[in-house]
Amino acid sequence: MRRIMTGNEAIARGAWEAGCHVAVAYPGTPSSEILENMALYDEIDSEWSTNEKVALEIASGASIAGARALSAMKHVGLNVAADPFFTMSYIGANGGLVVVTADDPGLFSSQNEQDNRWYAFHAKTPMLEPSDSQECLDFVKDAFDLSERFDVPFLFRVTTRVCHSKTIVDLGERVERPLRSYERDPARRVMTPAAAKGRRYLMEEREKTLSDFSNDCKYNYIEWGSEREIGIISSGISYQYAREAIESLPQMAGRVSYLKLGFTYPLPDELIRSFADEIMRIYVVEENEPYIENFVKQLGIPCLGRDVLPAVDELGPGLVRRAILGIELPEGYSADISPPPRPPVLCPGCSHRGIFYAMSKYKDIVVSGDIGCYTLGAMPPLGVIDSVICMGAGVSSGIGLAKAFAKQPKDGAKVKKIFGVIGDSTFFHSGITGLIDAVVNKSDMALCILDNRVTAMTGHQQNPGVGLTLKGEKTVAVDLRELCVACGVRPENVRTADSYDMKDLEAALRDAYSAKEIFVIIATQPCALIKDVMRSRSGMYCEVDENRCVKCKICMKVGCPAISFSGSIEIERPMCNGCAICAQVCPKDAIVRVGESID
Amino acid sequence: MTEMKAVRSGNILLVGVGGQGTILASKVLSEGLLRVGCDVKMSEIHGMSQRGGSVTTHVRFGGSVYSPVICEREADILVAFEKVEAVRWLSYMRPGGTLVVNDHEIRPLSVLTGAAVYPGDILERLRGLVPDVRVVNAARIASDLGNVKAQNIVLLGALVRGMKLDDIDWRDVLKEIIPQRMYDLNARAFEAGQSSS
Repeated sequence: MRRIMTGNEAIARGAWEAGCHVAVAYPGTPSSEILENMALYDEIDSEWSTNEKVALEIASGASIAGARALSAMKHVGLNVAADPFFTMSYIGANGGLVVVTADDPGLFSSQNEQDNRWYAFHAKTPMLEPSDSQECLDFVKDAFDLSERFDVPFLFRVTTRVCHSKTIVDLGERVERPLRSYERDPARRVMTPAAAKGRRYLMEEREKTLSDFSNDCKYNYIEWGSEREIGIISSGISYQYAREAIESLPQMAGRVSYLKLGFTYPLPDELIRSFADEIMRIYVVEENEPYIENFVKQLGIPCLGRDVLPAVDELGPGLVRRAILGIELPEGYSADISPPPRPPVLCPGCSHRGIFYAMSKYKDIVVSGDIGCYTLGAMPPLGVIDSVICMGAGVSSGIGLAKAFAKQPKDGAKVKKIFGVIGDSTFFHSGITGLIDAVVNKSDMALCILDNRVTAMTGHQQNPGVGLTLKGEKTVAVDLRELCVACGVRPENVRTADSYDMKDLEAALRDAYSAKEIFVIIATQPCALIKDVMRSRSGMYCEVDENRCVKCKICMKVGCPAISFSGSIEIERPMCNGCAICAQVCPKDAIVRVGESID
Repeated sequence: MTEMKAVRSGNILLVGVGGQGTILASKVLSEGLLRVGCDVKMSEIHGMSQRGGSVTTHVRFGGSVYSPVICEREADILVAFEKVEAVRWLSYMRPGGTLVVNDHEIRPLSVLTGAAVYPGDILERLRGLVPDVRVVNAARIASDLGNVKAQNIVLLGALVRGMKLDDIDWRDVLKEIIPQRMYDLNARAFEAGQSSS
């Protein structure tokens, strides 16, 4: 059967066909759809885990028990899961264990552009790199077999363009796999220093075996052109760009030779040498880090890579064509108009808007933010968040900010309070440990948990506070307030507030601001884009009373895309969900909410 | 059996604003191209785009397609669901290519707050630059048909005409992809788009 599928759909399909038993992940662009598609297969026990470390540990346990297991994450997720990742390379795999890392060259939706191929090198974990959806399906199927054959977890490295591009795929059927037998084996699986050292020697042996395999496997192959002048070594989506750049030119088609790499750790030294022996000029076409290029150069083979291609951002056929053939872009159309930027913004009706507006009134606070929609609270006109590092840092970097600003001279201190901002899913992911630290070490920062009842930014996945599993089954909803109290925050210092009620939010912030010890505000309203929320609020909207409006434009300071001014204030009705934050900040009561919610 | 009249190939770039339905339009498009035996690759960038950001979808088809991404100056047709987005992506058009532009304005927050200005007379200036500009009032056509959301399918109709892909059974593709209760509206939107340019 032929289908057109994204790389993410194909990975899920391939895992299903391979008889995968367990699939686990924490959502993160561009990887999220892998588990969303896994959930469609009844045979796979799939779940959203609390974070990537938990996910990989669950997959590791399943592998140890003899099941085929897959864990998927975005590139920075592997940083969170790095601890089990490194040590599982020592323990190896009983049931096939596949770790998918979805990297984001070009930073379409990430806080950094790290190239996770180095993780394979660093952890001595073999790596497969597909370049389209068919390879996603085929390689992931094989990855389970290879993981069992070589007794090692496999890193499966994809990038945004592979994950989110649709290409044609031939589908197969599922082959059921019984669990592999489980035998207790502490010398292999209890990583005491002595046991780990024993495994460490075995890993070096394994490296040699894997290197031999890499030199002689179907994933790494040469496509000879009619000439030996130019040779291109490439992997992943970069290979597709290179082929496009060259083969789409009639005068070049068929002339260039390619070494296509799909098994990219260990890299195939002999195969690269045999390619280089024939070729006059070698180019390494790869995005971001010179991962292959450095290896080729270590073999003593001259090649061009970073000299002619950029290290930053995605590649594309045009860049490759210019680098290799010196062909510049032809003249194109260019309008003498500078288009206004269109960065992402908090949606109309977003439950994060009110608390950010209320925080913007404090001029002597510093706010540490976190990863999620609410990162956008850093943007004008709200402009509240001062720093964003990674998931969880909204809490913990806030502790550090508070420690540092406590050293200001008492008279004339510019910063009087530190606020941290974190989302519900992110708090479960890695905010809890920071909060316990704040409690135990007597931080006086204030933490705002912006609870919108879903993992919103990545496309509305379930999280531990929601009461639903990945497959939509009812489960326990972990109570944020009780959790904060259990972390040691005094019950009177945990304040719940309605994210749509400015008075409630302002009062909570006042108390948080003046508190001398850790204080938590849990501001709750579900994400305005949740289907049920959209339906129930579909009859609600705000409108301007022209007779009262004095055109002071204070309502525009909340940064709602539904509000505009062209001679008078207008609120676009189809966009508005009647959250009424604008109505509450209007000093003249010139905005009124109309309609009722539908239950 | 699929009958191939000639080797078709093309690069279609759809650009718009999160929520305008570019992705559904490109899904219908790639499905139709797949049915007539083309190799098809489609690439979309989403993620943060749900929050009102720019959205782009590349659709490439031909005998065999490698890159899922269209190079600058290589789009045979640029379908802009919003006027400013046409300007933003204009450099991707092949000289002599076709520009389908929705006569529709979505002002970014920077414009709403007065930090930037929405450029005036975009359509006139585009007409002055690009020989083949087809302006479609997709939002109004869709509204007249009963639902503004069908503007994406109106534009799809205009695109199909612009790329001379009318011989594919698009109604059947729509039937497969669009929910049944929305089918009639979308079929009419598609036809209106086809005859609009």
